[in-house]
Amino acid sequence: MMAEEHSTQPVAVEVKALTKQFGDQVVVNQASFEVRPGEIFVIMGPSGAGKSVLLRHLINLEKADSGQVLIDGLDAADASTHRKIRTALVFQAGALFNSMNVFDNLAYYPREHRLYGRKILREKVERMLAIMNIENAAKKLPSELSGGMRKRVAIARALIIEPQLLLYDEPTSELDPVTAANISEIIGTLKEEFAVTSVVVSHDRDLALGVADRVAIMIGGRLLTVATPEELKQSKDPEIADFLNPKIDVHDPRFRRLG
Amino acid sequence: MKTALNILEAIGSSLILLFQALGQIFSLPRQLGRTIDYCFHIGYLTFPIVAILSFFLGAVLALQTGYSLEFAGGQELIGRIVGLAMARELAPLITAFLLAGRVGSAITAEIASMTVYQEVDAMRTMQTPPERVLVMPRLVAIFIMMPSLAMVAIIIGWFGGAVVAQHVEFIGLDPTSYWSNLKSVVQFKDVLNGLLKAQIFGMVIVLVACNQGLITRGGPREIGFSVTKSVVSSMFMVLLLDYCLTRILM
Repeated sequence: MMAEEHSTQPVAVEVKALTKQFGDQVVVNQASFEVRPGEIFVIMGPSGAGKSVLLRHLINLEKADSGQVLIDGLDAADASTHRKIRTALVFQAGALFNSMNVFDNLAYYPREHRLYGRKILREKVERMLAIMNIENAAKKLPSELSGGMRKRVAIARALIIEPQLLLYDEPTSELDPVTAANISEIIGTLKEEFAVTSVVVSHDRDLALGVADRVAIMIGGRLLTVATPEELKQSKDPEIADFLNPKIDVHDPRFRRLG
Repeated sequence: MKTALNILEAIGSSLILLFQALGQIFSLPRQLGRTIDYCFHIGYLTFPIVAILSFFLGAVLALQTGYSLEFAGGQELIGRIVGLAMARELAPLITAFLLAGRVGSAITAEIASMTVYQEVDAMRTMQTPPERVLVMPRLVAIFIMMPSLAMVAIIIGWFGGAVVAQHVEFIGLDPTSYWSNLKSVVQFKDVLNGLLKAQIFGMVIVLVACNQGLITRGGPREIGFSVTKSVVSSMFMVLLLDYCLTRILM
């Protein structure tokens, strides 16, 4: 069986005045930005800033109260958009299928969509396992993997879709610094191998400033700025500067100031 | 008021899920492997326990009837009573209750766990909606297997009654009278009524179980609550439908 024909070109993303509210709490407040095709765009912000909720709108897991997300000019809230344009999400906790081994997790999408014959599928999965350096984990269940390996399997499962838009939700959270750097390097070097637009949600400063083409800072549901890593490093905005270089002061701690 | 609203909401969301799953029926050939797997787990593995339970149900029914009729005479009516009760009522009901406990709880636990740990979200992002992968094949599987399960329950229940009628001293009915009495009153229509009931009960149990799994939010505690809620709701729905269907089919 032959693979379905589909575009492999990276796509642009346009978020227009997106607002999302849960009860009385406005989680995303009039967020607007554009992501260029092939770009690595990182959305940074503290925990609870609304980054993940914003990201879920890009892949139609949330419906906006107002505003719109366009992927290559098509409405992301329309399910057919994601059939025309291949999109994938790397979940924060991996969201691997716990009752399937790693090989079957990676083979899930091609099998369900009847993309390849058995031989080509095996080759594709094995190649992906090799790229992520997890060949030995093919027969393991997700519960038998370390945190870093689980993240790599989740990225591999997303990449086998051959997405034009790849979304990452906190890819380096709960990882030790070296594993986090390893995942950051994977994200940063993927565009050499795959033509893909990447949108990464993270509060990892090293990841954002190390691999991003542009970074958006989101605090309290509002998008404060979109800038290159270099511009951000030199930002004089106190909120941004404090977020990027927080000073630990045990004599005047933040939680007491906030209280 | 709140409970009534919750019940209506559950019925509404289950019906929506049913239509969404039916909308995925065109992809059945692609889900054939899963459907066969579910047929095996939902149906085949349930046969032994259905057989054991219905045998004893038929046996107890014969015993109680025999005991009640001992003083008044007319023990030859045992075949008639066991035959009709098992075909029209007890076999579909006991199969449904067994299914709610054994299969419904397992379905809810599995889907609720997948929902909580974002596996269902992952399925959605991969353009394989859970209605297609998790719900529709199970509905088809129960549709295929439930008549066989109910039929087994009916026949084994009759045999249970026959064994007791023959071997218990104070009844002592010979098998020929038991079976001829049963055959004289039980018509094909009665068996068909029972199978129809079982079919509807089975679909409702699977639908309630899948819906409860998909609406679960929270963690392990909530998964437990969902399983309990699924079993209780489906048993309640089965009893409610049982009354309505019995009334309609009379």
